[in-house]
Amino acid sequence: MKIFKARIYITLKPGVFDPQGKVILSSLETLGHKGVQRVSTGKYFEIELVAEDAEVAKREMEDICQGLLANPVIEKWNHRISEAPK
Amino acid sequence: MRFGVITFPGSNCDYDCYWALKNILSQEVEFIWHKQERVDDFDCLILPGGFSYGDYLRTGAIAKYSPVMKGVRRFAQKGGLVLGICNGFQILQEAGLLPGVMLQNESLRFICKYVYLRVENAQTPFTRGCQKGEVLKIPIAHAAGNFFVERPTLQKLRRENRIVLRYCDGEGRVTKTSNPNGAVDNIAAVINDNGNVLGMMPHPERCVEPLLGSTDGRKIFQSIIGSRDEER
Repeated sequence: MKIFKARIYITLKPGVFDPQGKVILSSLETLGHKGVQRVSTGKYFEIELVAEDAEVAKREMEDICQGLLANPVIEKWNHRISEAPK
Repeated sequence: MRFGVITFPGSNCDYDCYWALKNILSQEVEFIWHKQERVDDFDCLILPGGFSYGDYLRTGAIAKYSPVMKGVRRFAQKGGLVLGICNGFQILQEAGLLPGVMLQNESLRFICKYVYLRVENAQTPFTRGCQKGEVLKIPIAHAAGNFFVERPTLQKLRRENRIVLRYCDGEGRVTKTSNPNGAVDNIAAVINDNGNVLGMMPHPERCVEPLLGSTDGRKIFQSIIGSRDEER
């Protein structure tokens, strides 16, 4: 068994209204960041888990994202898994 | 009729529901702690408003895995009446018993005020004491009540007459300005395809006595009581 670290990013699907992103965008405009075109918000998680290999860890992450961390109606996810340094 | 009001950690409208049913509508009511899985001894289950699990992750996202939700699912599959109010609605959505998701309000503010609602479907066990087109005055209190579904689901809900309440003005006109939170199509309440699970963002338990500014909430509870009596 190995220890893995997963970095998980959850973002809104395109077309889903993101009021926080909108407010941050207008705030950035007020601050003078004229070049900013778009802001979208999301969530970031780090999970450490023990698994046989990276493939198994990846499948488990998929379950975790689908079942709890994200709501598939409005959100999509991706994760990167790496072996944790000993 | 025997009601069960489910208390999750963070529910805060459970006692209001209990009070309304017991003291105003003279029904049998019991609290059900979320750790209890067995809910078969009831005629109607109520998932009350509040902030279950502090709204961590997403509203309702963690409560959907409470043991009681297994029982709620079985109860609903057998045709039992389930009413989710506010956070209760959000939990039922997360559990997949009702469609859509509640996004944050368009204004990003918590909104607590009386709103007007047009009854779009008066054939449900929860609204049959109302007339189609009737305007109800019931308060909302939420930060995430911005009902969202993808277009095909919205069309399906319309086709199947599953949109039960919509935000409107005092004259029953469904307008953009009468939409408090940005909900798609001004939707305030929807029902499942079997017609026995209703989710509503407004709080009927908060308007059952004249002192509270409206008694329209009684109509929801009386509809439930009436529909079950008729069945017997």
